[in-house]
Amino acid sequence: MPPPPPSSPPASARAWSLSRNGWAGLAPVLLAAALFLAFLPALGPVSRGEALVWAASWVPGLGIELAFRLDGLSLTFALLITGIGALVLLYSDSYLAGHPHYARFALFLTAFMLSMLGLVLADDLIVLFVFWELTTLTSYLLIGFGHEAERSRRNALQALFVTGAGGLAMLAGLILLGAAAGTTRISEILAQGDAIRQSALYVPILVLVLAGALTKSAQIPFHFWLPNAMAAPTPVSAYLHSATMVKAGVYLMARLHPALSGTPGWIWTLTLLGAATAVFASLQSLRQTDLKQALAWTTLMALGTLTLLLGQSSTYALTAFGAFLVVHSLYKAALFLVVGNLDHQAGTRDLTRLGGLGRALPMTALAAGLAGLSMAGLPPFLGFIGKELKYAGGLASALPALTTGALLLANAMMVAVAAATALGPFWRPPAAGPAPRTATEAPPAMWIGPALLGLGGLVFGLAPELLETGLVAPATASLTGDIGATATLTLWHGINLPLGLSLATFALGLAIYLALPRGRAGLAAALDGLPNLDRGWDRFLHGLKRLAEIQTDAIQTGRLRFYLAASFATVVVALGSTLLARGLPPLAFDLSDANGVLATIALLLIGGAALAAASRSRLAAIAGLGVSGIALSLVFLLFGALDVAITQLLVETLVVVLVAVALLRLPKLKPLAFRPGAAALSAALGGLVTVLLLAVLHTPMDLRLSDWFGAASWPEAHGRNIVNVILVDFRAIDTFGEIVVVVIAAISAYALLKSPRGNSGDTR
Amino acid sequence: METLLALCVGLLVACAVYLMLAGRLLRYIFGLVILSNAANLAIFLAGRLTVGAPALIAEGEDAPAAGIANALPQALVLTAIVIGFGLFAFTLVLAFRAFSQLGTLDGDAMRVAEPERPAKPAREARA
Repeated sequence: MPPPPPSSPPASARAWSLSRNGWAGLAPVLLAAALFLAFLPALGPVSRGEALVWAASWVPGLGIELAFRLDGLSLTFALLITGIGALVLLYSDSYLAGHPHYARFALFLTAFMLSMLGLVLADDLIVLFVFWELTTLTSYLLIGFGHEAERSRRNALQALFVTGAGGLAMLAGLILLGAAAGTTRISEILAQGDAIRQSALYVPILVLVLAGALTKSAQIPFHFWLPNAMAAPTPVSAYLHSATMVKAGVYLMARLHPALSGTPGWIWTLTLLGAATAVFASLQSLRQTDLKQALAWTTLMALGTLTLLLGQSSTYALTAFGAFLVVHSLYKAALFLVVGNLDHQAGTRDLTRLGGLGRALPMTALAAGLAGLSMAGLPPFLGFIGKELKYAGGLASALPALTTGALLLANAMMVAVAAATALGPFWRPPAAGPAPRTATEAPPAMWIGPALLGLGGLVFGLAPELLETGLVAPATASLTGDIGATATLTLWHGINLPLGLSLATFALGLAIYLALPRGRAGLAAALDGLPNLDRGWDRFLHGLKRLAEIQTDAIQTGRLRFYLAASFATVVVALGSTLLARGLPPLAFDLSDANGVLATIALLLIGGAALAAASRSRLAAIAGLGVSGIALSLVFLLFGALDVAITQLLVETLVVVLVAVALLRLPKLKPLAFRPGAAALSAALGGLVTVLLLAVLHTPMDLRLSDWFGAASWPEAHGRNIVNVILVDFRAIDTFGEIVVVVIAAISAYALLKSPRGNSGDTR
Repeated sequence: METLLALCVGLLVACAVYLMLAGRLLRYIFGLVILSNAANLAIFLAGRLTVGAPALIAEGEDAPAAGIANALPQALVLTAIVIGFGLFAFTLVLAFRAFSQLGTLDGDAMRVAEPERPAKPAREARA
């Protein structure tokens, strides 16, 4: 496990005032609170099973609309996001009071909140993806907020890579889903679940979409980034790991539940990964002595449980999902903020050193107590109701023994962790050894949030029908499609199996708590024996860098010859494979029609070039070049291209003269040995060009364009030399461009020749 | 005739590529000249060959006689020759300048933009 990241706030942050951060402190709180209040009136229509829809055209060519839809599931998330967002922002204003970059922090956190809001409201797959990526980016900025720390940067990048890779897979999955359904509107896709489950694309869709959801929600084997994300300031942890970021994956699975669930692949993947994550994370949580790390792992446990519940299709399981979602968000955000208070006021997060702070921090202790009891699932808290429902859902699942067993183990360990983290620091006798510094109560802005959240767990526990009709029933209806089909939220279900399991949970949890101080070291040793994916990640990145280095060394040699050879070889492969795929033309080398004149010219053409290629004398090479060029002009002359022949002759003469002038100042050619590799490559390319030309000559000639130019030359342009007419009349702009090119070459050459030596910087 | 010239184009390309792969700037430029000649001939050839019948309209006629040379590839080649010459002249000056600045025409020895990699450190410090 990584050591706890350093996160003690700057000394100046300890002094509290209402608006030490100025407008940057207050404006985001007001924005979040206003959004929360704006969503509240929607409770009425949504609880009647209605959905509010807003859409605007965005990419009409692809049928993508900027569509938003507020139903039960979206509203539950929206209220959690804005409500907890407001409290966290209020808390941050004090926690990071006077931080030099507080405005930046508030901007990131607000941007994250808005991205998350867009994600849960989106009713179009592409819109959903855009907001999904925005949450990835903003959470990267938040996790890496303390960017001066190496560890912080590394963990932020890790979160970005893991969730970003998952996001790309998800994009592919969403596009396939849109293709399978024929629309990207989510509400329309959800209505045709059966068709999608029978589609040939179902398996790829499932794999790709789950890759995105499971990485974002940090399920095994992608779990390692989440505890590392604790490098962020504590309010960020409270926000990202209670209501939002990590729940984005859960949200996606819940959103697409009607379209994708119910198949063996869905049930087994989610149940097994969820159960494994829940139990593994609970064990990891037990071994932690850093409060923040312990809470981080319990978040994973909660995500595992939610994933497991989403694997099922029974009403109980889905109701349990809706209820536990709210329960967890309330207590987890509260507890993270409590840990922030402890860190801030007592100067440590080590639970073996904290104790007896109940009197010094009464309000924080109250908030912690309320949240902790809800987390432990004691009646009459909402956590108890959530736990009962989880057991009922587990018993009604496809794999009752496995799911219920995993839930029982995880819940029992949660009881122990809740006792150790939420109650221990306040009510346990102070530990021996160096005492933490004398602590006082945190300022009100820092305990109001956790206290309200903790109180929520109690109020909703005592009056569960509030939560049921307002949020849980509509949210469940989003999954089941039936507003009436919700298990009742109540404290007393009668004496039944879930109640018995609850009692067993408490007993087991208490036993674990009592055994914890002695057993922790052993547990830590056992867990350290397991493969560590976090270190594996480092090795993976290191290997990737090595691979890049080896590849760069191999490809980027810095030698022009190598680059040229690679380019020519690419042309050979591309040409050759195309010719092979298209079928070779009949290669009949019929040379009988060539007369003596042409043969002589051809000999000069090739002989000159070969002399230039083979000669070690500069003069001979220039002579060869000239002979070859003049032979070419003879070819043009022979076949009726008078203007071309004249130009070629002129240019060839100039080439020879220019090279000869340049050679006065250039060194002699160094003799070069015969290079078989270069020769083979040259021969291959030359041969291919010949074959290609023969193939071209084999195809019928389309003379329509030439005939048109010929026919129009005199009547329209009043010229009898068709070539000239094409150049100066029909294609005059081309010729003008050609002149420009020559002028630019001339200017550049002049500049190169005239610029003083050594002015182009360091040449060594 | 076409077959013979197609063979010529292939051989010109082979000579040009062999020269360009020598890694010496002067030979590279020779290769460039031959390669542009080869390309021009290829375009000309692809427009088919007509012996001794230039693309002209006789005095007093409104349209060319049947069976004259294809004018379009000639126009294209004409443009290509001139542009190829511009490229050649610029490259030659560039080589000249590179030699006066660096004292060599060996492409492998010109490492201003991509210096030789220093010997690799044994192992980077782990993050």
